[in-house]
Amino acid sequence: MLEVNNLTVEVAGRRILKGVDLEVETGYTNVLFGPNGAGKSVLLMTLMGFSGYNVTEGEIIFKGEDITNMSVYERAQMGMGIMTQRPPNLSGVKVHDLLKIISKDLSGTEELAEAIDMVRFYERDLNVGFSGGEIKRSELLQLSAQNPDFILLDEPESGVDLASIELLGTTIKKLLKMDTKCAGEKFKRGKSALMITHTGQVMDYVEADRGYILCNGTVMCTGNPREILSEIKEQGYEECIKCKLMKM
Amino acid sequence: MQADENVRKKAQDALKKTAAFGEDFNLNDYGIASKDVEYTEDLEELNEEDQRTLLNVGFTPNEENRSGSLIMLDNAVSHTSLLDEDAVELMSLHDASKKHEWVKDYSWKLVKPDADKYTAMSYLQDANGYFIRAPAGKKAKMPVQTCLLIGSEEVSQTVHNIIIVEEGAELDVITGCSTKHGVDSGLHLGISEMYVKKGATLNFTMIHNWAEQVGVRPRTIIHVEEGGRYISNYICLKPVKSIQTYPTVILEGEGAFTRLNTIAVAHPDSELDLGSKVIFNAEKTGAELISRTITTGGTVIARGEMIGNANGAKGHLECHGLVLSDDGTQRAIPILEANVQDIELSHEAAVGRIARDQVEYLMARGLTEEEAVGMIVRGFLDVGIQGIPDELKTDIDETIEKIGESTI
Repeated sequence: MLEVNNLTVEVAGRRILKGVDLEVETGYTNVLFGPNGAGKSVLLMTLMGFSGYNVTEGEIIFKGEDITNMSVYERAQMGMGIMTQRPPNLSGVKVHDLLKIISKDLSGTEELAEAIDMVRFYERDLNVGFSGGEIKRSELLQLSAQNPDFILLDEPESGVDLASIELLGTTIKKLLKMDTKCAGEKFKRGKSALMITHTGQVMDYVEADRGYILCNGTVMCTGNPREILSEIKEQGYEECIKCKLMKM
Repeated sequence: MQADENVRKKAQDALKKTAAFGEDFNLNDYGIASKDVEYTEDLEELNEEDQRTLLNVGFTPNEENRSGSLIMLDNAVSHTSLLDEDAVELMSLHDASKKHEWVKDYSWKLVKPDADKYTAMSYLQDANGYFIRAPAGKKAKMPVQTCLLIGSEEVSQTVHNIIIVEEGAELDVITGCSTKHGVDSGLHLGISEMYVKKGATLNFTMIHNWAEQVGVRPRTIIHVEEGGRYISNYICLKPVKSIQTYPTVILEGEGAFTRLNTIAVAHPDSELDLGSKVIFNAEKTGAELISRTITTGGTVIARGEMIGNANGAKGHLECHGLVLSDDGTQRAIPILEANVQDIELSHEAAVGRIARDQVEYLMARGLTEEEAVGMIVRGFLDVGIQGIPDELKTDIDETIEKIGESTI
C-alpha cells in the first residue's frame, strides 16, 4: 500500500526527517511511536502532501505509484485520508455541507453520526469552537464519508477522556473494516493505516500489526507493536536510542 | 415658503460640494433621466430579459411571496402593486406627499439637501421614489419588493425613498438596484430616510447588480426609536464602477438595536467604499456591524464607525476582507468613539488571503482546489448575511463559483 524510501523532509529550512524508511502493507495497521518532537506528525503531513513540508530526498510510493510530487487532492483521490490533530477553523462552512460534497452516499455516515452524537453538529461551522473530543469525532465522520483505503491517524486518543477513547477506538476499528471475522479476509478487504500513538490506548481497540519508533527524525526500530510499547513503557525511548547506537 | 427658498439656495450652492469619500463624479457628464417612462400594469408582461434583470436583484415578477411591488425606472415610478393593503401602504413618494400632508415632516429631515452635490442634485430634481409605511401594530407576512432601475444610457437617476414602520409594526423590504440590459454607464443617486418607531422592526435587504460603468452614491439615514430594531443586509457581488455609501443608523430610543450585514465582491476596476455608522444616542442601545468583503482585483474600503453617546450602549464591529488577487486592495477602517463612561464598543478587523491550510484541509477530503476555495468563499460570505432570498441563491452560487475558478 505504502512504501517510504530514504525520506528527508525540511520544514521552514530545518531538516526534520532524515532518511526515513517505512512500509505499510495492504490491510495492515502500523503504529508510529516516538518522543515529542521526533517528527511523527511531520511524517504524516508529508505523506498527505501538505505544503510547507519539503521533501529534499527520497520518495513516497503509494499503491505502486510515486506520489512524492503529487498534490493533496491527487493523493486523496487515490484513496489516502488523514485525521489531523489540529485542523483549521472554517467559519461559515457547515459540517453537513462538507459531508455532502465529500460523498454522494451518506447512509453509512449518517448512521455513524447518530452513533457518535454528531448530528447536532451538522449546522455548526467546521471546527469552530469544537472541543478536543468533538474535533476527533468530526474528523472520523469526515473520513467515514470519504472512505479512503489508507488512513493516517495522528494521535486519535489525545485530549480525549477515558470514556470517549472506547468510542473513538471502536469507530476507527469500523473505519478500517476490522470487524470482519476471517483473518485472511482482513488483508484483502480491510483498510490500511499508519497511526501515531503516545499511550497505546487506542491499540486496545485497533489491532496493530507492526510498530516503528521514530527518534530525531529517523526510524530507530521496528517490530511487534505491543512488545515495543511495553518496552517504551518500561525503559523509555533512551534505551532505544542507546540500542540503535550500539548497532551502528 | 421663505424656509423652502433658503434650503433651495443652499442646495444650489452645494451642487459644487464634493463628497467626503469616493471618486468625484461630474454631474454634467450625465443627462437627466426621464420622468416620462412607460407604465407597466402587469409585471408578467415584461419581456424575459427585463424579468431576469429583476430576478437577479431579488425582485420576483410573479409577486409570489411578496406583499407589494414598486419599480422606479429612470426618474419615474413605472409600476406599483399592493397585495397586502391591510399591513402595508405602498406608493410613490410624490403620491404619498399628495395623500398625506404629514409626509413633509419626514421628507429631507434625516438627510440634508446640502450634504453634498449628490443630495443637492436629488433635492433640486424633486426626486421621486418609494413610500412604504407599516401602520402601527401591523405585521406584513411577506416582504415588499422594490427595484431601482436605470433604463437609459449615461443618465443620472435621482431617487428619494421614505420608509416608516409605526409603533409595534414589522416590515420586510427588499430593494434591488440594477440597470436594464444594454445600459452600460450611468449615475445612481439615492436618498433613503427610514423611521423605525417604538417597538417596531424593519428588515431591509438591498441587492446591487449594476452595469460595469455605473457610479452609485446612496445617502441613507435610519432613525430608530425605543425598543426598535433595524436589520440590514447589503449585497453587492457584481462588477460596478464605483459605489460609495455610508448608511447611518441613529439609535435614538432606549433599547434600540441595529445589525448591518454587508457582503461585497470588488471585481477588477470596481471601487467599493462601503461604510456603516451607528450613533448610540440612548441608553442600553446595541449594534453589530458585520462586513465580509472580497477583492478579485478591485478596491474595497470597509468603513465601520460607532459613536457612543449614552450609557449602557454596546456595539461590535467586524470587518473581514479576503484578497484573492495581487491587483486588489482591501482597506478596513474601524472607528470607535466613546463619549460617556459606561460603554462597550469593540472591533475586529482582518484582511488577507485565504489561509493555505484551510484549502488543503478540504483538498485532503477529496475536494479539488476550486471546490475548496469556493466552499471557503461561500462560508466566508455566509457569515455576513442571514436569510438571503431563495431566488438569489443560484445567482450568488454562480458568482462564487466564478470567484473560485478565477483565483486558482
